[in-house]
Amino acid sequence: MEKKNRKGEVLFSGYKRGESIKKTISTSREDILFEIRESKLKGRGGAGFPTATKWTLVSAAASEEKYIICNADEGEPGTFKDRVLLLEYPELVFDGMVIAGYVIGAKNGILYLRGEYEYMKNSLEEYLDVMRKDNLLGKNILGKNGFDFDIIIRMGSGAYVCGEETALIESLEGNRGEARNRPPFPVTTGFLGKPTTVNNVETLASVTQIIMKGGEWFRIHGTDKSTGSKLFSVSGDCDNPGVYELPWGTKISELLKLVGAKNTKAVQVGGASGICIPKSQFDRTLAYEDATTGGSIIIFNENRNMLKVLKNFMEFFVEESCGQCTPCRIGNVKLLEGVKMIENDDYTFSYINQLKDLGRTMQVSSKCGLGQSSPNSFISIIENFKEEILNGNGGHNGK
Amino acid sequence: MLVLEKNAMTVEIEKLVEKYGDERASLLPILQEIQQKHKHIPDYAQQEVARLLDIHPVEVYSVISFYSFLNTELKGRTIVRLCQTITCDMAGKHAVAKAIERELGINFGETTADKKFSLEYVNCLGMCDQGPALLINERVYPKVNPEKAVQILNEVK
Repeated sequence: MEKKNRKGEVLFSGYKRGESIKKTISTSREDILFEIRESKLKGRGGAGFPTATKWTLVSAAASEEKYIICNADEGEPGTFKDRVLLLEYPELVFDGMVIAGYVIGAKNGILYLRGEYEYMKNSLEEYLDVMRKDNLLGKNILGKNGFDFDIIIRMGSGAYVCGEETALIESLEGNRGEARNRPPFPVTTGFLGKPTTVNNVETLASVTQIIMKGGEWFRIHGTDKSTGSKLFSVSGDCDNPGVYELPWGTKISELLKLVGAKNTKAVQVGGASGICIPKSQFDRTLAYEDATTGGSIIIFNENRNMLKVLKNFMEFFVEESCGQCTPCRIGNVKLLEGVKMIENDDYTFSYINQLKDLGRTMQVSSKCGLGQSSPNSFISIIENFKEEILNGNGGHNGK
Repeated sequence: MLVLEKNAMTVEIEKLVEKYGDERASLLPILQEIQQKHKHIPDYAQQEVARLLDIHPVEVYSVISFYSFLNTELKGRTIVRLCQTITCDMAGKHAVAKAIERELGINFGETTADKKFSLEYVNCLGMCDQGPALLINERVYPKVNPEKAVQILNEVK
């Protein structure tokens, strides 16, 4: 899909570089925060933490040095919305970072870009240079005395876990990307021990539009608990895969129709760490309060073997688990073994039930989001497709 | 490593430390540049980075071993990475992998004897709408098929 064909009511509703920065610097910090609180914007990376709360905490923290980090370590299988935002709408993302800098009182912004996106780096650097020339970055931005802010780009090196905010901070500090214990949270003790806000690319892009058009305007879109719109990265068995901007609360069946999906058997919502939704539940809505996602929507048609899908997901987690906490390091290996047992018709029902219990244990005992969410697909695929996987022909149907 | 090579490496790393600063936070960008230029981070470079940042060499090694894009063994000049995650898998990754393996005469995870090519699988490249996707050095090639993949390899040779 090309940029000119993208349609959307919020993020893709049109924006000119620098406009919202101009508006921001003539407004007080409190008023900006008020507008964002009014919008009820929640984090777009998947966890859904209210952005206004995060920024209020960081702006209230007493420190000379603060940081705003844009999390562009988009690694969840099936997610590619940040790629589109950064390549086609960098003005939304970077202006959002400048606004964040203004609100929380940070002078430094860091874009943490995943290693796989190295090919974007040069054009993004050039874009930042243009912003510097236009005084949208640098000292006394747009003539606002004392408002200094600049952005640097740091690359990841191929580690999925670095999308977790504390692992990302560890990586920026030059360490292995292993998640930290929380508390203390990054809002008080983040990068180099300073108050830090880590925001998703799409969250920052939303902020830019909210400042331009108002929190109330933003809230018109979506549902009560999930305001605004969401970029969905649609892939898998459909005619028109790509990034779609839709209001929260869109039904899965509506989305399937829009993207031209036929004979759909299942939809994976939220990537490998999300849940697998069978045909019988296609009237569920995409929203924080129902089927939530950081954007990933993967569609499977009637011909897909769900056990193979699950195996692919579990292999992913075994590789990407950082290995510092036991539930995740060992648990994912055990779940993958279980999938292979089913594949070889060498399993007992009682053991599969034990593995589901193990999955639930991992959800509560793992240290970070990776291990807490990796059993989701195991549990939901085995439960929702047990006719095919366990009661049918041992998972050999489909191709 | 020859003494001359060692000296050149030291000079190079000193320049990098000057560019990024001698804080611990500079470790990753420094290692990334060495990796990009030399296609691996040799033992000597690890020791020099450790000395200049004032940390233990084991710390440097531990960081390298964590990230899949950093490595201590010499890789091919061209690193061919094929996405193995679900949508690329469904779009025909397997056939592409087989074709590349046959063409280069090595398996995934290996490097050709002339050190021209390394083959690796990677997790999601963020090209799920245009799979199967290849990442060759820093460039992405979407929507490849076996024939196209081999053609691309011949072009970058």
